[in-house]
Amino acid sequence: MNRFLLFFPAFLFFSTYLPAQDAGILIQSIREKLEKINDYRAQASLKTNIPFLRVPDAEVTVYYKKPNRIKIKNEKGISLVPKESVSISLYSLLNGKYQVIDAGKDKINNIPVRIVKLLPENENADLVLATLYIDASRLLVLKAKITTRENGTDEVILSYGKYAASSLPDKIIFSFNTQDYKLPKGVTFDYDDGSQKKQPPGDQKNQRGKIEISYHSYEINRGLSEDVFK
Amino acid sequence: MWSLLQIELFKIFRKSRTYISFGAIAAMVIIIQAALKYDGKSYIEFLVGGLKDSLEIPYDHILNGYFVCFIILNLLLIHIPLLIALVAGDSIAGEANMGTLRLLVSKPVSRTQLMLIKFAATVIYTALLLIWLAFISLALSILFFGTNDILIARNDSLEIIRRSDVMWRYLAAFAYATVALSTVAALAFLLSVFAENSIGPIVSTISVVIVFTLLSEMQIPLYDRTVKPWLFTSHMLAWKGFFYTKVDAGGSAIPGTIENLQAIMKSFWVLIAYITGFVASAIFIFNRKDILS
Repeated sequence: MNRFLLFFPAFLFFSTYLPAQDAGILIQSIREKLEKINDYRAQASLKTNIPFLRVPDAEVTVYYKKPNRIKIKNEKGISLVPKESVSISLYSLLNGKYQVIDAGKDKINNIPVRIVKLLPENENADLVLATLYIDASRLLVLKAKITTRENGTDEVILSYGKYAASSLPDKIIFSFNTQDYKLPKGVTFDYDDGSQKKQPPGDQKNQRGKIEISYHSYEINRGLSEDVFK
Repeated sequence: MWSLLQIELFKIFRKSRTYISFGAIAAMVIIIQAALKYDGKSYIEFLVGGLKDSLEIPYDHILNGYFVCFIILNLLLIHIPLLIALVAGDSIAGEANMGTLRLLVSKPVSRTQLMLIKFAATVIYTALLLIWLAFISLALSILFFGTNDILIARNDSLEIIRRSDVMWRYLAAFAYATVALSTVAALAFLLSVFAENSIGPIVSTISVVIVFTLLSEMQIPLYDRTVKPWLFTSHMLAWKGFFYTKVDAGGSAIPGTIENLQAIMKSFWVLIAYITGFVASAIFIFNRKDILS
C-alpha cells in the first residue's frame, strides 16, 4: 500500500486533461504540479482483507512527505500494513528517464478514461510497468496497475468525493499478492474445533490481499517532522 | 459439610508440596516475562516468520502485557496439569499412605459425601492455582509491558484483537481453564482411589495427560477423526477459542465475537462429562472398597 501512496501525489497530476498533448509535455506538467504537495497528514479508516490476517478495522494517520516518505500509523493499536517495497515514488520516477505511452481509452464504472503506460528506460529498475486510468473530464486518476520485479502486479482503485478539487481521494482500494503463512501446530497448540476446512497446499500462495483506506480529512503542506517516519 | 471442607483445605495447604505448584508457576512466569522483556522482538519475529519482509511489524506495540500473558498461558497450560496431579493424586492415596483413611471413613458422614468434599477441595485448589497464574501472568505482565491490542498467532493465520475487547476473553479463558484443569484433577482423584501411596496416581495422571496431549497434537488423519474428538486433552485447549474472532464478508475481524462458541460449549460439556464420569467412578469404587489402611 505504501508503494501506492508514494505514487499517489504524482498520480494526481496525471489527471491533467491533455489527450492531444505530447506525452513528454504531459509528464513535465505533472512533475511541476507535483512539486506543490510538500507533505500531508490524513486521518483515515483502514480495512484489511488479507487471507491469513484477521484484523478489525482501524483508525490510522497517514503521513506523506516529498519526495517519497510515507508512513501509516495506528496511534491507538496495532495495524499490519504492507511494507514499502518500491523505493521510488512517481515523483522521483518523473524525474527519471522513461517512456510514456498513450494506450488508448476505456471505461471504469461507465466513466470514460484515458490509459497511459509508463515504461522505465533503465532495464534494472524495480518498476517494470505502470498503467494509469485517467478520468480526463475530472482530471483524476481512477485506477493504477503497477508491476514490479519484486512484488508482481499491484492494483489501486481510487474514489473521489469531497477532496476531488484537491485531487485527493476519499477512498483507496489497494490489492496485491500475498505470501503464505504457516506455523507448526506444535508451537501454536491451536484449538481444533473440528470445523476448519483444510485448503489444498499452494492454494494460499496465489491469493491476493486487499486494503481499503477511507480518508476523513487531510492537512496539506503544514510541515511534518522527520520523527513521524521513524 | 462446610467444616469438613475447611478441614480438607487445611490438609491441602498444610503440606509443603502444595506450594511447590505456586512457586513453580511463579518461577516459570517470571522467567518467560524476563526473556520477553529482554528479547521479545526475536520471539515476535519467529511468530511472524517471512511476513516481516512484506509487512510492517510494530514490534514495540505487539510486545504488551496481553500478548505476553497469552504466550505464558500457551506455554504453561500444557504443563500445569502436572502440578494439579501433585495434589489431586494425593487426595485419597495420601490418606491411605498415612494410615488415616480408615479413621476418616469412620466419621459420621457417608463415603459419598466424603469423596465429594475431597474433590471440592481439590477443585478449590485448582481454582486458586489459576487465580495465582492469572495474577502473575496477566497483572504483572500488564504492569511490566503495558497494554495494547493483542496479536494471536495461529497455525495458519494471525489475529489482532483490540485492547478494549481483550479482558472479557481472558476472564472467560481462565474460567474455562478451571474446568479443564478440574478434569485432570478428577482423573488424578479417581486414580488416587486405587493406590496406597500418592506416587502411583500422580505418575499415572501425568502419563495419561502426556500420551493424550501427544495424540491430540499429532497430525494423523486417522486419529484426528476417531480418537482425537474423544480425548479430554483436545477439549482442554478450547480456552483459546475465546481468542478466535469471526470475520465479516470483507475479511475484517468483528470485535466482541467468538469464531465458534458452539464448539467451545461442546468442549465444555465434554469436559463436564469427563469430570462427572471420573468422580462418579471414584465414588462408586470407594463405596465398594474394603479399606484396610
